[in-house]
Amino acid sequence: MTVQLMQGNEAIGWGAIAAGCRFYAGYPITPSTEIAEILSRELPKAGGKFIQMEDEIASMAAIIGARLGGLKSMTATSGPGFSLMQENIGYAAIAEIPCVVVDVQRLGPSTGQPTAPSQGDVMQARWGTHGDHPIIALAPISVRQAFDLTITAFDMAERYRTPVILLTDEVIGHMREPVELPDFSAIRTFEHEVTEPPEEYKAFRNTADGVPPLVPFGQGYRYHVTGLLHDEFGFPTQRMDEIDPWLERINTKLDKHLDEIALVAEDAQEGARVGLLSYGCTARAARHALKIARARGEKVDLLTLFTLWPFPEKQVEAFGERVDRVIVAEMNLGQLAYEVERVVGRKKVVRVTRANGEMVTPQMILDAMEG
Amino acid sequence: MDDHILEAHELEEGEALIPQADWFNRSETLQKLRKNKKFPTIWCSGCGIGVVMGALIRAIDHLGLSNDEVALVSGIGCTARMPVYMDFNTLHTTHGRALAFATGLKIARPDLKVIAIMGDGDALAIGGNHFIHAARRNLGITALVVNNAIYGMTGGQYSPTTPIGKRATTAPYGNIEPPFPICELAIAAGATYVARSTVYHALELDKFLAEAIAKDGFSVVEAVSYCHTTYGRLNRLGTAADMMRALKDNTIAQSAYERLAPEEQAANAKIVRGKFLDVERPQYTAAYAHLITRVQGGQP
Ligand SMILES: Cc1ncc(C[n+]2csc(CCOP(=O)(O)OP(=O)(O)O)c2C)c(N)n1
Ligand code: SF4
Ligand SMILES: [Mg+2]
Repeated sequence: MTVQLMQGNEAIGWGAIAAGCRFYAGYPITPSTEIAEILSRELPKAGGKFIQMEDEIASMAAIIGARLGGLKSMTATSGPGFSLMQENIGYAAIAEIPCVVVDVQRLGPSTGQPTAPSQGDVMQARWGTHGDHPIIALAPISVRQAFDLTITAFDMAERYRTPVILLTDEVIGHMREPVELPDFSAIRTFEHEVTEPPEEYKAFRNTADGVPPLVPFGQGYRYHVTGLLHDEFGFPTQRMDEIDPWLERINTKLDKHLDEIALVAEDAQEGARVGLLSYGCTARAARHALKIARARGEKVDLLTLFTLWPFPEKQVEAFGERVDRVIVAEMNLGQLAYEVERVVGRKKVVRVTRANGEMVTPQMILDAMEG
Repeated sequence: MDDHILEAHELEEGEALIPQADWFNRSETLQKLRKNKKFPTIWCSGCGIGVVMGALIRAIDHLGLSNDEVALVSGIGCTARMPVYMDFNTLHTTHGRALAFATGLKIARPDLKVIAIMGDGDALAIGGNHFIHAARRNLGITALVVNNAIYGMTGGQYSPTTPIGKRATTAPYGNIEPPFPICELAIAAGATYVARSTVYHALELDKFLAEAIAKDGFSVVEAVSYCHTTYGRLNRLGTAADMMRALKDNTIAQSAYERLAPEEQAANAKIVRGKFLDVERPQYTAAYAHLITRVQGGQP
């Protein structure tokens, strides 16, 4: 492919096609709508299917249904729609149905400012649905990475049988950058393989690595799927000897693979006493601040998180140990900073926050470094 | 039992029912139940929902569908527990969302017979929006609504089909909200097959369900049932058997209704049973398959 000028939202659309996504259900909302528009055009060309549902609750339900029908599935939305999706995101988590949910964050709460960027859904991505549950959230910092992480999102969703949130923002979604996309035919995402015959198949088997294979409906493997606590066959149960091992499995299955899931990039400098930590569009401001500071002869480390959930605790802890201060920059009033504080200690953390629709500037970060 | 079988024959004149002897004795029918699932059901003894489950199994069996060709999708409620007892591909979802899940499944697998099983609250309160839009799209799903005019599972709160004046735990002075007529709503929204019967008229239910499942379009079967433990008790309607009998006494077959004089029809307070609509319109997944062919053929 040649170099093209492309929006983040477009890159997500192409990433989905490249990852083998063949079903999209969604409801239009700024600033995510281009993803739906692109997929309504491209999916039928690839033999896939697009549907505009009556709301986001239905969209989320439809992608779960389609995945059970055997198609890799995705939806995309922004804050107000993401709130509506929470009900069935919880369902996908408990029933372990792979799916990808893109949240192009805009300023909230409520209708907020539809065209203004934000990173205000960080905690919603983790705890938006009720009850303890596993979840993965990834945050790209560029158009090209929006493409790459969309593919990663599909791969992880399948590999770990979990919903994956691609937590991007209005800036990345609407920004145009020159990108060269790779050859799609070489791109592979995880495929489930089942070895046992239908009579022995348990869709919710408590396997050692935590992830039993999922066989789609209508292939001779009949089983029950429910949002109720269930046994290994999927049947509702109230027996503690069935509930406990299952709960243990689904709530630890991501921990067993943290090294593969926790994606971060560190730009370390020998002797640095101050560290910048950021993600998504704000990581771009942090990079800029880093350049300016280093040009001035200051020593600074930068940790960029691409995986927000599960929180890359090990990496952040090691980062925090090397420096005296960790400056956490984000476009909200300090959501991920809570996690950083938990891991590196409250005293070390300096928050750089903004939640008025304007971006965090490199200058704000530089000021915090001096302070 | 015999009495009500005769009744069903008698009332739905001119339309052949599935021969009875066939279903009850066929072991294939029993094989549609889940052997590895612990019975009994969660339903109160005497509840009408089990009759609907029987009718559904017989209808599927009558159509000669294998267990793998059928997917049952349900929401939340007493009714929505039905799929777990049957040996198909079964998906028990969130309250009100059965049709939205079913939409994704049907689009992914147009060859599967997808049946959405819902209570009245499930289908028409929290799921009302999904109901009208699935009908509008004419998606090839069968919506089976068990209408007991109450929220059974949560203990008897009024639903969108509770008649005016009836009591519920949240309508202690009597309900003042007009009910939704399910079949009329389905017709207005774009369904292509719409029928209503009751758990008393089990044979009629079998037939309507078989037709609905065979239909290539959005088909709706309203199965009027009762909840003696909540609605029945609150409104002093007697035992399950009394409420079953009331379904016999307080319903009228469409054929009989049509023979009534206009003034008698206007005064009719009985629930009309029958097939109200059976028309052809392009089915969604067929239309989408056509779209794919068109787009892949390079046509705009
Ligand atoms: C989002 C949500 N709201 C409320 C409930 C509680 N709830 C469970 S079943 C039900 C109503 C069931 O009534 P209906 O759909 O008529 O089914 P029935 O039990 O009468 O068969 C309600 C309100 C729920 N499970 N989920
Ligand atoms: S509560 Fe009512 S609807 Fe539910 S099982 Fe009992 S009788 Fe049936
Ligand atoms: Mg009900």
